[in-house]
Amino acid sequence: MEHYNMNLTLKVWKQKNSKEKGNFETYQVNDISSEMSFLEMFDVLNERLIKEGKEPIAFDHDCREGICGSCSMHINGKAHGPWEKNTTCQLHMRAFKDGDTIVVEPWRARAFPVIKDLVVDRSAFDRIIQAGGYISVNTGNAVDANAIPINKKDADHSFMAAACIGCGACVAACKNGSAMLFVSAKVSQLALLPQGAPEKRSRVLDMVAQMDKEGFGNCTNTYACEAECPKGISVDNIARMNREYLSAGISSE
Amino acid sequence: MDLNANIPQGNMNERWTDYKGHVKLVNPSNKRKLEVIVVGTGLAGASAAASLGELGYQVKAFCFQDSPRRAHSIAAQGGINAAKNYQNDGDSVFRLFYDTVKGGDYRARESNVHRLAEVSNAIIDQCVAQGVPFAREYGGLLSNRSFGGTQVQRTFYAAGQTGQQLLLGAYSALERQVALGNVTMHSRHEMLDLVLIDGRARGIIARDLVSGELERHFGHAVLLCTGGYGNVFYLSTNAMGSNVTAIWKAHKKGACFGNPCFTQIHPTCIPVSGDHQSKLTLMSESLRNDGRIWVPRLKDEKRKAVDIPEEDRDYYLERRYPAFGNLVPRDVASRAAKERCDEGYGVGTTKMAVYLDFADAIRRYGRIEVGKQGLEHADEGSILKLGKGVIEEKYGNLFEMYEKITGENPYETPMRIYPAVHYTMGGLWVDYELQTTLPGVYALGEANFSDHGANRLGASALMQGLADGYFVIPYTLGNYLADEIRTASIPTSHPAFEEAEKAASDRISRLMNIKGKQTVESFHKRLGKIIWDKCGMARNEKGLMEAIEHIRQLKIEYWSDVKIPGAINEMNSELDKAGRVADFIELGELMCIDALNRQESCGGHFREEYQTPDGEAKRDDENYCFVSAWEYKAEGEWVLNKEPLTFEIVKPSQRSYK
Repeated sequence: MEHYNMNLTLKVWKQKNSKEKGNFETYQVNDISSEMSFLEMFDVLNERLIKEGKEPIAFDHDCREGICGSCSMHINGKAHGPWEKNTTCQLHMRAFKDGDTIVVEPWRARAFPVIKDLVVDRSAFDRIIQAGGYISVNTGNAVDANAIPINKKDADHSFMAAACIGCGACVAACKNGSAMLFVSAKVSQLALLPQGAPEKRSRVLDMVAQMDKEGFGNCTNTYACEAECPKGISVDNIARMNREYLSAGISSE
Repeated sequence: MDLNANIPQGNMNERWTDYKGHVKLVNPSNKRKLEVIVVGTGLAGASAAASLGELGYQVKAFCFQDSPRRAHSIAAQGGINAAKNYQNDGDSVFRLFYDTVKGGDYRARESNVHRLAEVSNAIIDQCVAQGVPFAREYGGLLSNRSFGGTQVQRTFYAAGQTGQQLLLGAYSALERQVALGNVTMHSRHEMLDLVLIDGRARGIIARDLVSGELERHFGHAVLLCTGGYGNVFYLSTNAMGSNVTAIWKAHKKGACFGNPCFTQIHPTCIPVSGDHQSKLTLMSESLRNDGRIWVPRLKDEKRKAVDIPEEDRDYYLERRYPAFGNLVPRDVASRAAKERCDEGYGVGTTKMAVYLDFADAIRRYGRIEVGKQGLEHADEGSILKLGKGVIEEKYGNLFEMYEKITGENPYETPMRIYPAVHYTMGGLWVDYELQTTLPGVYALGEANFSDHGANRLGASALMQGLADGYFVIPYTLGNYLADEIRTASIPTSHPAFEEAEKAASDRISRLMNIKGKQTVESFHKRLGKIIWDKCGMARNEKGLMEAIEHIRQLKIEYWSDVKIPGAINEMNSELDKAGRVADFIELGELMCIDALNRQESCGGHFREEYQTPDGEAKRDDENYCFVSAWEYKAEGEWVLNKEPLTFEIVKPSQRSYK
């Protein structure tokens, strides 16, 4: 792979805390290597800002290998930037060219208030899981792992739904700020497994109720969530959740 | 200090059962009155917090991330071991125990390892019951694969995302307890000190990373489940936030630190590309099931990897270790890669990399598929296409990750890999009950000095984290808390809390007031370089002595010239990092002291002075068959305590994978 260096203009959302108003600040960054990751480019900028006696830009990040779900930048209008099925931390600078202007914002959603700069509060996701995103099995209560065979296809689909990293890109990508993809991924993962069956009805009803309570918007089937999901979680999960919800609603009455 | 490991008497096979049968219990009405603090919510912390919450204790859990689901256990790729013997290939609790003791180069405590092997099966059962979608065969039963250092298939996995799936299982169990009111979760909080009253754990001082405020939390016991300290090397496969601070504070308050120099350098990581590099990415050990590692036979080889013919390739692991081949343990594989690169056979622009090649596996799987599908006349292209499909199903996410980082397609050209810091076997010294030398302070998972001796086998970290959290601590903690039922909650206005909070606050002010010229990051990089160069894959006396000197200098410079922007009472990630790096500097010194003291080679600790004629690690069982438990005395001053290791079952011998 050929490497090259580039000079860029960054327009980054700066906001002191949740109470104050934010605004875009413009930064010039030079000699950025195409081999750097997007966050390493931010590291370079932050190091410079600190040396200049300025405030560095706050952003969430941790594993930097695309799995913890911490990073959450909205880059040039897309959650996690231009690459498909990718997180911000895995985005590399070869996605850009010399002279580009890059606009970076935090996730924008009513249910994800900004804490500082590019850092948002996603604790609503934890509360949705608390509402029912689990199988109630206390430690030590399990039968042998091979006692219940699971059709490979179901297990595979369950795994694909379980691959969700809870980053919130689906919410940020959605014009309604809907969390349907996130919630449906967890509902699907557990609904596809025999172990999840006993709590099937209450789970979907309670999780959806919590989702609504948190202020996430409705789903209008634009599928922007699937398009910008770094893990390729399918909107089929939303359809499955809707079926689960409907049948749970009917049978609970 | 009198180190007592509190190992139960009797037959190795019966110790844990006997222990459980006789351990003190706490009745349900008393459990409700007992408060337990759990710091860290990775596999060990989340599973412990959930299980203790289920038992009825009042649990307070803390993590520095924005959600407990983001703890770095999530990044574990390859798998988790268990002695299920579902493959009928001769596995057993004994074999898992034996492999782990041997894999650790006879520097682990046999009784703990035996217990680990015993509970391994229950972990898999528990996870499946929670809805962890492990890989399955067409018949609907669980699938297994091989990992290094073993000759059976005992590794359970979920593609290359096993850690994620296990952690999300434990996280769900934890969130369920939060919903039930048994666990209070404090996200974006970092433990900054331990509070002791009359020598017992009574709580912690934590900092709210959003407001910057210090908080006092009482607990009848404190469980440290904060992971490893690989970030002391700056570049490692750890997450950016992974740190030693919590266990270091406990260490400075009296918890002995076990085997700090035992660090694991993982053989297969994506090589460093430049100075900007902030972290390294692992390519799972599971890839060594199918990938073949090689370097060119000629120095200064200019041809592309795919153009180098078979006779000009050196499959050095297969050559040196025919019995285990590419699946030798990590320490052995890493040193072998270093040896080839140091000799000038490395590949890539930096020449500090070797190839991990899947061409043979793609062809092999392609042929199998052709057979299965009855396509006798398939051409080479179709065979390769089918083979790539199989590889994609097994390792797709890893291949994708590799391509994103390097821009190269590993289905077409071999991966370039090089060893990188991955795991730390060292950690707080704990007894059989996982209690540190401080009463009421426990260390679980990677944070303790662990069951892995001087080298951890692949797929054993997840096993240990969950064993400690789900199946060990719920029993052993009761044994301590049974004597605490008369201790009412101590108000946090107690002078011990006040004093600890003041110490934490003073330290923060001191750091902020240095107002120097160099950034935290630049110091961290320099520390990492010293330790990687002198206390990394190979160590020697001269280098270690230099390193200690350099680290002491660096510490002085740090405390007089570090520059931290922003203010104390706000979200300030530079300040968070500054405290962590200050602790890493102190730890770095102790690591080098430990490495200098251990005049033998074992597992990941390779002292160049002590090797066999063919370059393998040479242990000295006569003089070093002990756990080093370092006791903190004062700034830069430690006393060494030794826990002698006795091997009743697995008799130490020179580890051979040939």
